[in-house]
Amino acid sequence: MPMLEVKDLDVFYGQLQALFKINLKVNEGQVVSVLGANGAGKSTLLKTICGIERAQSGIVRFREKRIDELQPNEIVDMGLSLVPEGRQIFSNMSVRENLMIGSYTSRARKRSRENLETALQLFRPLKARIDQKGIDLSGGEQQMLAIGRALMSQPRLLIFDEISLGLSPLVVKELYKAVKEINEDGMTVVLVEQDVRRSLRVASFAYILQEGRVTLKGTPASLTEETVKKAYFGL
Amino acid sequence: MTEYLEPLINGILLGGLYGVVGIGLSMVFGIMRQVNLAHGEFMILSCYFSLVALHLLGLHPLLTLVFVPPFMFFIGYLIQISLFNRVMQKGMEPFLMISFGLSIILQNALLLIFTPDARSLKTALAIKSVNVFGYLHIPLIHIVNFTVGILVLLFLHQFMKRTYLGWAITAAAENETTAKLMGINAKKVYACTMGIAAVTAAISGILVGMTFTFYPHSGTQYLIIAFGVVIIGGLGSLPGTFIGGLILGVSQLFGGRILGPGFQLLSGYMILLIVLTVRPQGILGGR
Repeated sequence: MPMLEVKDLDVFYGQLQALFKINLKVNEGQVVSVLGANGAGKSTLLKTICGIERAQSGIVRFREKRIDELQPNEIVDMGLSLVPEGRQIFSNMSVRENLMIGSYTSRARKRSRENLETALQLFRPLKARIDQKGIDLSGGEQQMLAIGRALMSQPRLLIFDEISLGLSPLVVKELYKAVKEINEDGMTVVLVEQDVRRSLRVASFAYILQEGRVTLKGTPASLTEETVKKAYFGL
Repeated sequence: MTEYLEPLINGILLGGLYGVVGIGLSMVFGIMRQVNLAHGEFMILSCYFSLVALHLLGLHPLLTLVFVPPFMFFIGYLIQISLFNRVMQKGMEPFLMISFGLSIILQNALLLIFTPDARSLKTALAIKSVNVFGYLHIPLIHIVNFTVGILVLLFLHQFMKRTYLGWAITAAAENETTAKLMGINAKKVYACTMGIAAVTAAISGILVGMTFTFYPHSGTQYLIIAFGVVIIGGLGSLPGTFIGGLILGVSQLFGGRILGPGFQLLSGYMILLIVLTVRPQGILGGR
């Protein structure tokens, strides 16, 4: 059984259909990329998986349980965590408070101290700025904080929404290194990205979305530049 | 000079009480972006709970601070869960209407049960005063009010900074969707916020009941004070609410001393108008 399974998912915003019969599987230990241009439906897919949006039809299963009717807090408690697009740091809270709020669920609270140490070990620049407000961090540091915060919830599956958005190539390289480390430690990862090349370099399987539909899927080795371009842009 | 020292000190002490009067209203606005028009009734309801406990158990009014505020927490929590949470996503108007309705219901229920007679939580503290420098007489109850007020604000500050619920409240206030992604149940957090606001209303209500007389319809009077405090200090800011309380208290007593007792309220709200003109978001309020 896959760790995460999305089956025939249809999502509407009012009369407008955003996702059409999406099917997706993520196996334990994998890094799966979901690629697509702006407006392809990536964020809608993530919001639906995380319980922020509701699907009109279809099924989302996580660790063999249906989660498409659950509230976001219940889904987080089951071990599915999202690093949201644009970081969404709590700007009025300190770095420490931002990290600690990541361990809000009763499951994560028990190991909050150890997880805080692990997060600060992974993202050393945060250690020196632990008492500063989230808003005072650079874009890269904020992304580190967002990832650290998600790790604090002790996830089994971690989803990154546009991890490289608006960041310098050097910072993005560091973040991808961290993603790789996180995966090597046993975490299952879903990367939702526009940066096709970099994303395919770390992924073991990829889905390409276009206008709310999966237009291509396969292992990175099986995807040629031509087929990806066609699926991505519809050229 | 000495004639102004007394209103200054008494104004500061009164301001500490005003700070606690306003804090619940400020929290509900800062966190939920809603205005609870029943805040004053929560205070007066607590006065009557305390009064009943006083008569049944013969306790000192200050001792009722031990169990009336926790009881008010559950009332606030239940009201938020059963009424306000249903309209949280529908803008400010439904919340205003429900809280207005609730304030009328509470006022009339109190009127029915306790009659319109003036009551007070009788205590010897209200008639004792402390002599400072040999010529200043500071009512002991004002010192008690100020001390409790400061303790409440310090406790709330530490609570917001050091506990999971405090962090969850801050997070939900800033970004509800992201807060949900942290595993936070926003509806429960809002219920706890209303519960805490009711606790502060209960504490300020009991202090008010020990200091002044109250009637079933006194809530409106304290709601207006709470509005004044949070508008001066800045909606949603804990330290701002305290500063707002001090400014309102001092300006009321100074106005009373300089212009006459009839000008107490007017001078307080003149300061409010000046703050609104110069700094519409309040002294410590964000834009």
